[in-house]
This record gives sequence, C-alpha cells and structure tokens, in this order.
Amino acid sequence: MRLDYFLLIDRIVELKLGDRTIRTEATVPTNSTIFEGHFPGHPLMPGVLLIEAMAQTSGWLLIAMSKFRRIPLLAAVKEAKLRTVVTPGQILSVSAQIVHDGSGFAVTKADITCDGKPVSSAKLTLRLIEFPNPALRAGMEKIAADIAFPMEIIHG
Amino acid sequence: MSSTFDTVASIISETCDIDREKITPESHSIDDLGIDSLDFLDIAFAIDKAFGIKLPLEQWTQEVNDGKATTEQYFVLKNLCARIDELVAAKGATPA
Repeated sequence: MRLDYFLLIDRIVELKLGDRTIRTEATVPTNSTIFEGHFPGHPLMPGVLLIEAMAQTSGWLLIAMSKFRRIPLLAAVKEAKLRTVVTPGQILSVSAQIVHDGSGFAVTKADITCDGKPVSSAKLTLRLIEFPNPALRAGMEKIAADIAFPMEIIHG
Repeated sequence: MSSTFDTVASIISETCDIDREKITPESHSIDDLGIDSLDFLDIAFAIDKAFGIKLPLEQWTQEVNDGKATTEQYFVLKNLCARIDELVAAKGATPA
C-alpha cells in the first residue's frame, strides 16, 4: 500500500474475466502518518481504508471487464463489515466478484482476509464512466503496470 | 402491465422508503417521487434482477440529453413499466 498516494493495492494476484473475479494483495505499511493519529501509540488501519481497498480491487476488475475503456467510481457501500482490527505489516488478501453488470454501473461483493481469516466484507456499487481524458487513462495504465495488471487478457 | 407496476412500485417503495400509496402509474420517478440518480441505480439493480433484464439507463440518459426523448418517456412509471414489458418480451424472460 502507498497510503500517501491513496494506492491501496500492491498487486493483482489473479484476475478471471470469465468468472468475473479478482484477487489482489496489499501489505499494510509499517510507517505512515495516518498511524500517528489513528491511533497515537496504537496504530490501526482505518476501516474506511479497508473499504477503499475493496473498492479499488473491484475497480480493477471492472476496468478489465471494460477493456480499459471505462473508469469505475465508487457510488454506494452496503453491508460493510469490519470484523477485526488490522495493524501495520499485515498482508491482506482482497477479493471481489461482480454480482450485477448494469447499464453504466456494476455491483460487486468484496472481502478481505488476513492469514485466511475474514477481516472485512461489503457490497459495493460503482458507476462506470468513460475516461474523461487521455491523460487519466495513461496515468491509470501506469498504475496498472505497477500492480501487475494483466494487460494481455484484455487484448487476447 | 399491472403486475409489472406492482413489482416496480414495491421495489421503489422499499428501496427509497416511499409510501406505497404515493406511487402511482402516473408518478414521475424524478419529479414526483424525488428519486435521484444514485437511488435509481438501486432501483435499476432490483428491476434487472426481478425481471431478468438490463435496463438501458445509459442509452435513455443519452437520448434525453440529446433531446431525442423526454424524461417522461422513461421515468413516468407507466412508461417505465411499458419499457420493462418490452425488454422482457424481447428477451423471452419472465418475472422472477
């Protein structure tokens, strides 16, 4: 995770377009200014950032499904559950699957586990819009390369 | 149409917490019921699931924005239900 850049995902581990599923990995950094306030002397990963990790994981799946033509924007979070605390240094496995592919939106179910134990889950709605400009798409492609987005699967 | 309307009205009532009695076939979902675009995504999700269709929201929005259609054609409930019936018939699907 690069929390200062709001990049919650380290790498895409598995992306299956046919199954409409994705799995990513994210390591909570050991140092971040976020932990100076959340909480002093007792660093805990904020729950909203766990939800964001699920949203970003869902987002990469949706970008892949659209063959990098659309960018998803988080629109709704439902049934979010934060089951246990997450601390610096932990390695999170984040999974998402598309449960509904609507017109201009999609609904995903996502969850996070750590060492096989459930950490968090939520049902997310994301709007899908055209990339508003080429620069944004180019920037996202650069991030995609950094997190091992399998660009070949959207061309093949 | 009537059963389609009943299903849609129930979805809207439950999704947006609107009294079922206030929802009529003549209701404009935006102007009369005050449903915003985010709530309409929830409604579309529920309608898609209930009828086994995919409401073409993007196409409708584009047509309205281009002046080729009015919001009444798609968002007055009796018209929305007629569009749903057409989509169901086209797909050969039946309501769940």
